[in-house]
Amino acid sequence: MSTFWSLWISVIVLGTIFGCAWLLLAVRKGQTTDTETDRTTGHSFDGIEELDNPLPKWWFYLFLATCVFSLGYLVLYPGLGNFQGILGWTSTNQWEAEVAEAEEKYGEIYAQFGNTPVVELANNDDALKIGQRLYANNCQVCHGSAARGQVGFPNLTDDDWLYGGTPEAILETLHNGRMGAMPAKGVMPNMTGEQVDQVVNYVLSFSGREKDAEAAKAGEAVFAQGCAACHGADGKGNQAVGAPNLTDNIWLYGSTYEWIKETVVYGRQNQMPAQSGRLTEDQIQILAAYVYSLSN
Amino acid sequence: MKHEIVEKNLGLMIVLIILTISGGFLVEVVPLFFLKETNEPIEGLEPYSALELEGRDIYIREGCHVCHTQQIRPFRAETERYGHYSVAGEFVYDRPFLWGSKRTGPDLARVGGRYSDAWQRQHLYNPRSVVPESNMPAFPWLFEDRVDHTKTADKMETLQTLGVPYTDEQIANAESQVEGKFEIEALVAYLQQLGTVISDKR
Repeated sequence: MSTFWSLWISVIVLGTIFGCAWLLLAVRKGQTTDTETDRTTGHSFDGIEELDNPLPKWWFYLFLATCVFSLGYLVLYPGLGNFQGILGWTSTNQWEAEVAEAEEKYGEIYAQFGNTPVVELANNDDALKIGQRLYANNCQVCHGSAARGQVGFPNLTDDDWLYGGTPEAILETLHNGRMGAMPAKGVMPNMTGEQVDQVVNYVLSFSGREKDAEAAKAGEAVFAQGCAACHGADGKGNQAVGAPNLTDNIWLYGSTYEWIKETVVYGRQNQMPAQSGRLTEDQIQILAAYVYSLSN
Repeated sequence: MKHEIVEKNLGLMIVLIILTISGGFLVEVVPLFFLKETNEPIEGLEPYSALELEGRDIYIREGCHVCHTQQIRPFRAETERYGHYSVAGEFVYDRPFLWGSKRTGPDLARVGGRYSDAWQRQHLYNPRSVVPESNMPAFPWLFEDRVDHTKTADKMETLQTLGVPYTDEQIANAESQVEGKFEIEALVAYLQQLGTVISDKR
């Protein structure tokens, strides 16, 4: 803050405080009596008269006390321009102190689990209790309170993983997030309507639900050209790119002909947000153990 | 001093009243117009894109700011949940600011990137489908109505005259960037950039 504004603030603030004190004293001095009487100010409005009584003493001194209090406050706390107050208080260092205190109190609790391998932590009841709370606060809105997911958000309790269910893969997912991107019509942008029908039937045939066996058969060639690059020639997916296994009858976006057709025609974009920076390393370790424990 | 002098001279009374009630404004508000901390954007802050700007207007139109604040106070309880506390330099391009004053729903100052676009869309279509205990209203019409693109350039021009550093090129392209977009796209674009300039919590 420039010196001008610092002075501007200080002068007005102090001027106001002393002005209030002066006003209190000046008004009292001008009054003809310092105790309550029935003397009037001489005003008379339609026969209603105004008494000329001073402020009650307790009230008067309370007002004076507020002036003294504000001066004391301005000595201790910032309020006069650039003067920081002798306590050195700021909202930032108050927050920092609060965080440091919490770190001291809770940091140890997290730290004791931070270096333990995920598999081991997954058998530790205390860690899992903490993990459950972390899950409820950070993951539940998408993956659901029972971690069973919903359309577009994976179920964490089954053995089917988009990016792998090893501790390392879960940690990577939590730390850096995942971007799921299935292009419209796979890598075959000129796929015709007929070919879409065929490939959807072929995908349905993995779980024995094809509508039209002939179309499904024809779809094999379309699948090989448009989908196999990510989902694999056998449709079993590829965890390295997050391409789901299409043969296990577990569906992220719905399993009917219509749903699968929509997925093929328009593609799918999905994202697991990165948690690094939101949570500490220790917290992520505990959370990974909780997620791991759901299916192991 | 006598009451009578003040009470019987209206002009003097007006002057004294103005002096009395302007003290707080002169000390607490006026200096902020001239301070670096409140007038200069923080590093990396960009003005809203055309689509985000329209999304912001939808946010205001639907009254989101009535139940959601956009201001994280420097308390641990808030920074643990929402991220780094808000700083003045984040809001220099906000006209008007949307700090809000009541949290029926959570603070949204740093909601950007916290959920996926798909989650935001689903949540706005039907909040109960992702958060069963939510009492937020659903906004299904955002998925049917298109953004009004005819006034986007005018809005950006107005902001430009108020000091938001839009280039003439950005303004010229504004219409084409929002034309034909659904309102939900604009709103999600706005939400997904909220508070992302300061992204680390600690």
